[in-house]
Amino acid sequence: MARLLEVKDLTTHFFTQDGVVKAVDGISYHVDEGEVLGIVGESGCGKSVSALSIMRLVASPPGRTIRGEVIFDGEDILKLDDSEMRRIRGNRIAMVFQEPMTSLNPVLTIGRQLTETLELHQGMNKTQARDRAAELLRLVGISDSERRLKDYPHQFSGGMRQRVMIAMALSCNPRLIIADEPTTALDVTIQAQILELMQELAREFGTAMVIITHNLGVVARYASRVVVMYAGKIIETGSAQDIYHNSKHPYTLGLLGSVPRLDAVEREKLEAIEGLPPDLIDLPPGCSFAPRCRFAYERCSQETPVLERVGDGHESACWRSSELTELARAAG
Amino acid sequence: MAEAASKDGGEALLEVRNLKMHFPVTSGIIFQRKIADIKAVDGVSFTIKKGETLGLVGESGCGKTTTGRCILQLYKPTSGDIIFDGQELTSLSGSAMRAMRRQMQVIFQDPYGSLNPRMTCGDIVGEPLTVHKLTANKGEHRDRVTELLQVVGLNPYMADRYPHEFSGGQRQRIGIARALAVNPSFIVCDEPVSALDVSIQAQVINLLEELQDQFGLTYLFIAHDLSVVRHISDRVAVMYLGHIVEVADRIELYDNPLHPYTKALLSAVPIPDPVVEAKRERIILTGDVPSPMNPPEGCVFHTRCPIMIEDCKLWMPELREVSTDHWVACIRVDGYGEPGF
Ligand SMILES: Nc1ncnc2c1ncn2[C@@H]1O[C@H](COP(=O)(O)OP(=O)(O)OP(=O)(O)O)[C@@H](O)[C@H]1O
Ligand SMILES: Nc1ncnc2c1ncn2[C@@H]1O[C@H](COP(=O)(O)OP(=O)(O)OP(=O)(O)O)[C@@H](O)[C@H]1O
Ligand SMILES: [Mg+2]
Ligand SMILES: [Mg+2]
Repeated sequence: MARLLEVKDLTTHFFTQDGVVKAVDGISYHVDEGEVLGIVGESGCGKSVSALSIMRLVASPPGRTIRGEVIFDGEDILKLDDSEMRRIRGNRIAMVFQEPMTSLNPVLTIGRQLTETLELHQGMNKTQARDRAAELLRLVGISDSERRLKDYPHQFSGGMRQRVMIAMALSCNPRLIIADEPTTALDVTIQAQILELMQELAREFGTAMVIITHNLGVVARYASRVVVMYAGKIIETGSAQDIYHNSKHPYTLGLLGSVPRLDAVEREKLEAIEGLPPDLIDLPPGCSFAPRCRFAYERCSQETPVLERVGDGHESACWRSSELTELARAAG
Repeated sequence: MAEAASKDGGEALLEVRNLKMHFPVTSGIIFQRKIADIKAVDGVSFTIKKGETLGLVGESGCGKTTTGRCILQLYKPTSGDIIFDGQELTSLSGSAMRAMRRQMQVIFQDPYGSLNPRMTCGDIVGEPLTVHKLTANKGEHRDRVTELLQVVGLNPYMADRYPHEFSGGQRQRIGIARALAVNPSFIVCDEPVSALDVSIQAQVINLLEELQDQFGLTYLFIAHDLSVVRHISDRVAVMYLGHIVEVADRIELYDNPLHPYTKALLSAVPIPDPVVEAKRERIILTGDVPSPMNPPEGCVFHTRCPIMIEDCKLWMPELREVSTDHWVACIRVDGYGEPGF
């Protein structure tokens, strides 16, 4: 499939009083047309900042993307001027944020917010835009949509607001949707509703999707490829199958061991990862994960490992990736 | 109903019978007029045996926290009985209740908001010792605090630090150490890991399990994450809009869920395994959770239920035991529903 997005060596730092926060530190990945990519990692590892960097929405100061390229549809969007960027944002790349209330304008009706983008980006007139807006609401499962266009965001439940956000994201037939924790704030049954809906719509329109989440289950269900981040870097990437069944990084293995599985028959003790994620201002030398790693040896705290091929489309940044399967087996 | 799910085996430590907690909704500025009730908990019964963990799951606003707070007597229930260690709590006098309260502790969801920011970690953990006069002198007090910090895996030298100097997981450990200070027999764990990162969650869950073994604790474990609840619990109660709709052993609940809401809830939780996920069938519910101020007539779940029939609009079914220790509140469990008892 054709490459839609290629992120190369993307680096975004925050220049604060306390020092430089290396929030995103040289990450590279790609998304093909119509593909669903999952990005996972713990709180603060740089998932949101990496997405905001692509959309060029990082607050500056203190943040600045100091290096890298974001090739979308053949052009580096980091080099575009602001007006060109606005044409891409919300039009060819749409973003769905975690908290729908903060991304909807509370003083405008739902209908106005939808028609505004349609008129701006699609050049529709008022009537066309209104009809399309009602159709979009129906598409995301909001009944009585003509009437609900007149409602304000606070008249909708959390799940419905998130569905409105998806309707907005879809309104301009984008090629790519970046969904940053699209359902974290919602109840499980509503979560399932929304994710299922996004998947269906993405399939129908051939839209590619990047789903950012800390929920390993969500990634397993919806993504075909997975990027695992730790402390501002990508530490492993591969097919969902590789990541979940043949991981070559101790952090990924640790994450998988620390979540209880709903289908577990025996109650096995969870394998917690000891310690805490590092301070992004003051990263340890060598591999950032080394202080918490069960398999770290001398080299790990001296030299930083880079992503290396460990299989077909499967890369890991670990000095011991080739022996890891045996090491993990021996450790039990 | 009282004996709901108390097995012939172990002895019951806590028995909750037909608990109701209705919050009044008032209007008017000078004369507060009651205009409605929020039926946060509306007739809940269950039993927890000594040394057991009962998990309580359900979606936001279904009444889990309110149930926990009623048990701890932080709310005065609208009606119902709470029998702890053979004593009816709702009728206890103030001093008897204070003594009882030592037996029952709580760990909160929010490791950021639940600790006093102006007290050191050592003071927070030691406070209940002072309040209940559990140590004879300063030296003993200090030793006990040290011991408690060690039990939860914190370094005693951290006793002089303030909450903001700790990570979320460490703060949750401080909360646990504080709860343990009075040697309780029962702890309400209200979403103790929801605010924590995945890798830190496991640390706290393991700790709670170890402490249970070590001190023979009994837990009511409240959470909305079914995988976590099922992992830690012996039995699981599923709640929806103020009612318990199903109670069963952790294995039975997963292998043989009977209530349509339990089935939907189980199928909505994704399993971190792409191979398993590709094969799973899902039941996707439509619509939103109704408000407890205006719950549906009849069965509270009927507005979202995929197998609803006309009779479901008529009354809320009671929990009944459909197989040993497996309780369900649904008239459709055995095909076309009779009112069944
Ligand atoms: N405006 C800012 N100033 C300074 N540091 C910032 C700023 N915004 C973000 N950071 C830091 O950048 C890092 C990455 O943050 P980011 O929001 O990308 O994390 P995340 O992976 O999305 O986490 P979460 O799962 O909690 O959403 C964090 O350590 C955060 O503290
Ligand atoms: N003190 C109160 N006064 C009025 N209404 C209340 C009060 N406490 C809770 N409620 C209402 O009672 C219902 C149940 O709330 P509760 O906090 O028990 O839910 P929960 O199951 O713990 O939800 P969550 O998963 O979001 O913590 C909610 O509708 C809530 O708004
Ligand atoms: Mg984020
Ligand atoms: Mg609660």
